[in-house]
Amino acid sequence: MGYILKERQNQVSVAGERAETIDCNKASLAGSVSQRACVFCGSRVVLYPIADALHLVHGPIGCAAYTWDIRGSLSSGPQLHRLSFSTDLQERDVIFGGEKKLTESLNELIDLHHPKAVFVYTTCIVGVIGDDVEKICQLMEQEKGIPVIPVQAPGFQGTKKDGYRIACEALFKLVGRVNKPTPPHSINILGDFNLAGELWILVEYYKRIGVNVNCSLTGDGRVEDIGNAHNAALNVVQCSGSMSRLGVMMEEKYGIPCKRVSYFGIEDMSEALYEVARFFKDDEMMEKARILVRDEFERLLPELEWYKERLRGKKAAIYVGGAFKAISLVKALRLIGVQSVIVGSQTGTKEDYDLIRNLCDEGTIIVDDSNPVELSHFVKEKGANIFIGGVKERPIAYKIGLGFCDHNHERKKALAGYEGMLNFAKEIYATAMSPVWQFTKK
Amino acid sequence: MLLRHTTAKEIDRQALTINPAKTCQPVGAMYAALGIHGCLPHSHGSQGCCAYHRSALTRHFKEPVMASTSSFSEGSSVFGGASNLTQAIQTIFTVYNPDIIAVHTTCLSETIGDDLNSIVSKAQEDGLIPEGKKVIYCNTPSYVGSHVTGYSNQVAAMVKFFSKATPHKRNVINIVNGWMEPSDQREIKRLAKEMEARIIMFPDMTDSLDSPLTGKFEMYPKGGVTQADLIATGDSKFSIGLGPECIEDTCVKLDAKCHVKYDVVDIPIGLKATDRFIMSLSHHTGLPVPDSITDDRGRLLDMVADNSKYLYGKRVALFGDPDTLVPLVEFLVSLDMKPVYVVTGTESKYFNERMKEILKDIPEAKYKSGGRSDTFLLHQWIKQEGVDMIFGNTYAKYIARDENIPLIRTGFPIADRPGHNFFPVTGYVGATNLVIQILTGFLDKQDRTCLEEKVEFQM
Repeated sequence: MGYILKERQNQVSVAGERAETIDCNKASLAGSVSQRACVFCGSRVVLYPIADALHLVHGPIGCAAYTWDIRGSLSSGPQLHRLSFSTDLQERDVIFGGEKKLTESLNELIDLHHPKAVFVYTTCIVGVIGDDVEKICQLMEQEKGIPVIPVQAPGFQGTKKDGYRIACEALFKLVGRVNKPTPPHSINILGDFNLAGELWILVEYYKRIGVNVNCSLTGDGRVEDIGNAHNAALNVVQCSGSMSRLGVMMEEKYGIPCKRVSYFGIEDMSEALYEVARFFKDDEMMEKARILVRDEFERLLPELEWYKERLRGKKAAIYVGGAFKAISLVKALRLIGVQSVIVGSQTGTKEDYDLIRNLCDEGTIIVDDSNPVELSHFVKEKGANIFIGGVKERPIAYKIGLGFCDHNHERKKALAGYEGMLNFAKEIYATAMSPVWQFTKK
Repeated sequence: MLLRHTTAKEIDRQALTINPAKTCQPVGAMYAALGIHGCLPHSHGSQGCCAYHRSALTRHFKEPVMASTSSFSEGSSVFGGASNLTQAIQTIFTVYNPDIIAVHTTCLSETIGDDLNSIVSKAQEDGLIPEGKKVIYCNTPSYVGSHVTGYSNQVAAMVKFFSKATPHKRNVINIVNGWMEPSDQREIKRLAKEMEARIIMFPDMTDSLDSPLTGKFEMYPKGGVTQADLIATGDSKFSIGLGPECIEDTCVKLDAKCHVKYDVVDIPIGLKATDRFIMSLSHHTGLPVPDSITDDRGRLLDMVADNSKYLYGKRVALFGDPDTLVPLVEFLVSLDMKPVYVVTGTESKYFNERMKEILKDIPEAKYKSGGRSDTFLLHQWIKQEGVDMIFGNTYAKYIARDENIPLIRTGFPIADRPGHNFFPVTGYVGATNLVIQILTGFLDKQDRTCLEEKVEFQM
């Protein structure tokens, strides 16, 4: 494996071969074509779906331009989050400070849009020139009477994961500001971003087993609901990286327990419902969950069988943001006859990678923070047919003649839940079996 | 209504930018560097910058976009990014082995004051740059100018680091490309070939960002201007620059360094701008315009004449970059259309002056460049008095949908339709493509929305 950087060798492991654990959660090596982003990106993607809040990016134009409507996080109401607001810092602001511009911008914005809250994201340069963003937000909050929350996310101050933590801390500042009564079996959904309307599918499932979703963080999110999040009985956390921190903070302050789940694939989806039913120790709810799972299974299995017969023997490479998602994907793929031969993530933890190692077949390559050169070598070495990743991996996969499934921001169909599983199978089938691959050189 | 927040009444904005009609310098530098063969663009800053620029370019071209990053950390912001760049140079040559690394800065590395010249010189002295390899660099602070400025700075760096004058001038014309699609550049190459002109084109994104599916991942695709050609630009007898904001600076620098005289013309979009380019090329090569090109022009005129009734008086709003907007707006006027609102986020004297001249007979026309010239403002103007069509990148689709007007996708980024890197808008053929798109936009809408009894077979 000569194409793996020496410094990165411990970030790659092969299931069944070496016992030592994978080296992860470290900064990318300078000079690598990393697929990772920055702290700002991490906080921006987490908070982005809150639809009735204003998201003002304090920095040069780029940071706002690149995060303008880039996630398909659907809103059932306001669309304010899809606009791009920037202080568009210029050279003179960098020299004399951007505080005045930020204050003016906030004034103009709040008067124009009357949002329910404002998030002010600081970028690299603000971290260096030292604008007192906390103070400005505080004053603005007093003046305008709405939460104005600083999100201190200079890009260089860590990895995307640190951005997740910062976003959680920002959200935590909203929690507890509202007190509304909630029905007895109320949960918060943490870590679903309502891509392609996935949240709505989950809410429906929960409703069917008698569980009320009090608040979603942050898919189709609303400021007032988040303010009332502390009145739920349970936090159900999806997406390993992004929301765990908020779960922990809410447990510490409000005593709300946390359950970690995944909604991808039949097994994990079902387990999520059972987990919630077990938590409420409610027999009726458990029975409803069993019925739901049985009904969905019965509906789904024959259809999945069709795909399984045709996909059997295909091999997949997975490279996604969070490792928890990778784990679900391995299981979901197995269900349709596809073997995962490469499993990687940008932000996995040691525990995640241990789990993956135990789950995967012998010989599976497991990798943290990979790059295109490595990935294309792995794919060739392992003879993968399908690649599952995000925007930067897609064209590479196609160029080497692989099918591709976007399991990231750019998914167009819901992939969560039971109907998501079916969509996933369809998508994998369509891409893996596309006639186009007959015409390419292998 | 996606943009239900847009009010017809213009608000007084001193500080705020909403829905920008520009982005920041480094992405332009990255794009320009991809037009050099065997070159890896390198972003000297935080990881996110590099990831965002790669994503933006990938979404636009649907092509792999390779670039590396200095991966700044908290430490770099305090102690400077020199060690990151030094490490990066070693890593890149060891693992990715490009011929050239093209470093550009970011707002962060500019603000902490990294001196690229001394860092790269030191790396050279320490033997970190292998024999025959090259590290070039340019400064692209994100808080100055826009992506157009970054593109300009990167192209100027090509001259700075490569162009060399020997005593032997060659009968070759440099074509210095402003920001265009690979398809646009391919068409310009074709025109030069038809004329039998010998050219060096730089930067050159053909076969770099429109590469075929071969079953192989090429870290460095076969396209891009070669190092040898870049060096030889100093011996060319003349340069024709396309698009003043993007490449005038480069032409000036090449003249100063190697005494290559130049002519900067508009990007050849539309009839008049293509005429000027063809005349300039013919004049400076001393070659006649072949019949094949004259026929292209004739076919364009034929189509315009056939369909002029659908174009007359149509009100159009546009946003994008100065170099593209100027010839495009001029073309729309030639088509008897009315470009009434034109906006670019890039501050540009060239744009302001040319708009004044091109739009002099359309008294209701409004245009603006620079601060607060964003798509929010453009939309406000549209709400005050409507238009029949909009030109812009993918972000124009929200306005197009809300106002129920056809959209012609031009500019960067176009993330929701393929084809822009296949079908040119430059040259007479490109102008024909544009006219077809415009007509299709109007006529499709008419077919879709007119009264049933008014649906016509012949149009």
